[in-house]
Amino acid sequence: MPAGREVAIVGIGASKFDSVTSGISYKELMYEAAVHAYSDAGIDVRNDVGSFICCAEDFWEGNSISDEYMPDQIGAKLRPLFTVCGDGLLGLAHAYMHVLAGVSDLVVVESHSKLSDVTSKDLVEDLGFDPHFGRIPGVEPKYLAGLEMRRYLEESGNTHEDCASVVVKNKRNALRNPRAVYGDNLSNQDVLASEEIASPLTKREISSPADGSVVVVVASAAKARRLSGKNKPVWVSGISWFSDTPNVEEMDLGQALYASNSARKAYEMARIRKPLTQIDFAEIDDTYAYKELQHIEALGLAKRAGKFVSSGKADPDGQIPINVSGGSLGMGSFVEASALVRAYESALQLRGEAGKMQLHNPKRCVVQSWRGIPTQSGVTAVLSI
Amino acid sequence: MSEKVKFFPGREISSKAMESGEVLTKYYSADLNYSWSTGIAVTRFLQELKQGKIIGRKCNKCDRVLVPPRIFCEDCFRTTDEWVYVKDTGVVNTYSIAHVGTDASRLKEPMYIAVINVDGPTKGMGFLHYLGEIKSEHEIKVGMKVQAVWKPENERTGSILDIRYFKPI
Amino acid sequence: MATPRKVCVIGAGLTLFRRRMLETGKELSFEAVRMALDSAGIERKDVDTVVSGSAPDAFDGVHMKGEYLLDGSGAYRRPYSRVFVGGATGVYTPEAAWWHVASGMSEVCIAVAEEKMSPLQPHPAYAFWSIFDHDYERQLGTTLLWIFALEMRRYMAVHGIKEEEIAQVAVKNKKNAMDHPCAQLPANITVEDVMKSEPMVWPVKRLDVSPPSDGAAAVILASEAFAKKLTKEPVYVAGCGWNIDSTYWTDRDLYYPQYLENAGKMAYKMAGISNPRKEIDVAEVYDPFDYKELHHMEGLQLAKKGEAPKLTTRGITQRNGELPINPSGGLLGVGNPIAAAGMMKVCEIYFQLTGQAGKRQVKREVHTGLAQAWGDLMQYSSVFIMRRR
Repeated sequence: MPAGREVAIVGIGASKFDSVTSGISYKELMYEAAVHAYSDAGIDVRNDVGSFICCAEDFWEGNSISDEYMPDQIGAKLRPLFTVCGDGLLGLAHAYMHVLAGVSDLVVVESHSKLSDVTSKDLVEDLGFDPHFGRIPGVEPKYLAGLEMRRYLEESGNTHEDCASVVVKNKRNALRNPRAVYGDNLSNQDVLASEEIASPLTKREISSPADGSVVVVVASAAKARRLSGKNKPVWVSGISWFSDTPNVEEMDLGQALYASNSARKAYEMARIRKPLTQIDFAEIDDTYAYKELQHIEALGLAKRAGKFVSSGKADPDGQIPINVSGGSLGMGSFVEASALVRAYESALQLRGEAGKMQLHNPKRCVVQSWRGIPTQSGVTAVLSI
Repeated sequence: MSEKVKFFPGREISSKAMESGEVLTKYYSADLNYSWSTGIAVTRFLQELKQGKIIGRKCNKCDRVLVPPRIFCEDCFRTTDEWVYVKDTGVVNTYSIAHVGTDASRLKEPMYIAVINVDGPTKGMGFLHYLGEIKSEHEIKVGMKVQAVWKPENERTGSILDIRYFKPI
Repeated sequence: MATPRKVCVIGAGLTLFRRRMLETGKELSFEAVRMALDSAGIERKDVDTVVSGSAPDAFDGVHMKGEYLLDGSGAYRRPYSRVFVGGATGVYTPEAAWWHVASGMSEVCIAVAEEKMSPLQPHPAYAFWSIFDHDYERQLGTTLLWIFALEMRRYMAVHGIKEEEIAQVAVKNKKNAMDHPCAQLPANITVEDVMKSEPMVWPVKRLDVSPPSDGAAAVILASEAFAKKLTKEPVYVAGCGWNIDSTYWTDRDLYYPQYLENAGKMAYKMAGISNPRKEIDVAEVYDPFDYKELHHMEGLQLAKKGEAPKLTTRGITQRNGELPINPSGGLLGVGNPIAAAGMMKVCEIYFQLTGQAGKRQVKREVHTGLAQAWGDLMQYSSVFIMRRR
């Protein structure tokens, strides 16, 4: 198995993030992110890059074969490009393999969200369920998140109050992030008192949609050294992905097996035995508040995530800061791009460019994604500087 | 075929089995709605169509006028520089005669469709549209000169359909 | 640049291709994977990663179709991903499996491609309306046939090619399919039959076109060390290539697939091939329409620009010819369940290289074979080359 410092992120770029980006097309958002990333990496995209990877799903795009609309605005005309139907971290995993398989020593990964263009968001989510058993007419598809949350809280012993403290923390963190649009100063009570969407899940525990594009430039070690001088390379020390079952009835809803299994392998690659002492911070999936708790435990960052978060150990000045960027609760849900937003924010922290959010000299972090309901699929990566 | 490959799996269903209810289907219909932002470049393109004009974007580095317009040049990968009007005349790059519609059903009257290369400074740029005022299929030729026939001004909505079709000139 | 590990193809599986199958998409995937595992002589426990390929979600009406197909694909509790490059997906899926193994991240990877087009009503063709630009093309009532007709017309106009020359491809491929046990539309027809078949979007006529189908196909890729435990003479992955052209297809000259030339060069470079016309012994090129076979032979440098129809007339591309093209019967004869159809081509090359093609076995000796598929808005190609030592 590959290990150590073989593949690095050498450039990052993002468009503006907003709840609505009317007036700008998805292509123009992608172009903005791409220009920033290539300038950050100091590369000439038309001459230097040998592989491009986009991460998208047709129904979020509103195009069949959305792959065909990707090349021009990221500089990939007449170049090797492909789309993976997965989140941005899965794209990073494929870029990692492209470097090691000798496809190219410079690979570009892009993912975006233009959720404000999708007026039937719930219907798209509903279409993700099994056509025979999963779709319940007239029922909001987030019912599955409600079921999962109940099961998880029962099994783990965490409380609804703990979930509320995740929302409070992440929205407060977002107030210090200039790219976050859902920052707020709330109390646990504000969260618990908000409208119930799929009991016990309340409205404020659900991340709200946001638009934006992120582009990441990935390089081999040799190429990263040749490019260095501008940015410190952010090493992909470990990366792994995993899927449990697609059948709702068989899912182990109390456990995030996709997270624990992908983490085990990513840690092995990065030679992490004690994540609690070897990880400096984490940017992880918090599409729903309970998901952050579930993922903290699956990643081995705490045994009782509820207590860990509510006692402040996940705060920016805590033992392991979790989602200092504000996470999806604070920055918005970018569907497939959320994972790349987490990677982007992590890279800024590791490079010491996180501004008001900057942690003290972080060396290593874990970034983790989940593809959302009704999936049990996700990716874990360890990034280090 | 070999020791290992002897049998290919799969069971075909006949139309009869479908009609008789021998095999079951579950009907589902979804009305997915989107309101795509047309963005900086295409918004202007559509607005100009409403005015009866065709506009492109110019990349000064490549010296190309891009139609349909975009804010980026995909060749040299930089931001395009200026808006440039192009003519509403052009040539047929390629054409075909459609006898079936979107759902593969037969059309009553055939449709003539073509890629039109609009007349402007850059060769080979254009878009998809209809041909009209065609007396005989045999008169259509690759390389034929054509001109846009616009809808009356008060019927234009800022759509590609503000041009009714292109006619031979 | 890193040096990739050597990767082998160790098994293949294929279902029947039919207009409508009883099996669901998951079940079709399962059947193809099960057959591939049996043909390799391994079990799912030996597999550590899975890649699936399938075309638009609109056929099935299932969002995130890859997740839905997961268990049928053999990916339950495995690292799994779905790759998607339009019609080129079927040949691309084993390329993704290749880099899983070549990078050292996996020892044994399943590559499975599935398509269940029949659920979409009133006709599968409807899914293709939404491949066109939503701001200035769909308003015109676009269909997939349009772009093929426009490209075919341009190709004919630039080289002065006649419809009759193109029709020879449909005749050859449908005849080849008579020997394929999975084939949906095998037939003994003449050029005249093609010419007389009803015009759909001229110059495209009914018999120029492959049918919509249900079906699945799979191959299994493994590291050289693993493959050598199963056989002394494994089939190697020799080259992978892929390339995309601009989305703005009305700004390109459709007479020649430059993106395919690029994809081919990428694969040839990896395979150390300098003269493809001489070094490729058999090829399965993408033939959803008869002219596409000719177009693709030219893009792959297997024929000069405008020369492919002449090679066809001379019989060179027949099964007993110098350069057999689509001995399986291709999409025109075997059927076109989009992603599965591309994978069927990969399976055919594997069968040809291992001498398992039965009546379809080509006359000349086969050391190196190529499979190619094409997709998106006439802008994508994937090329997969396999070789026997």
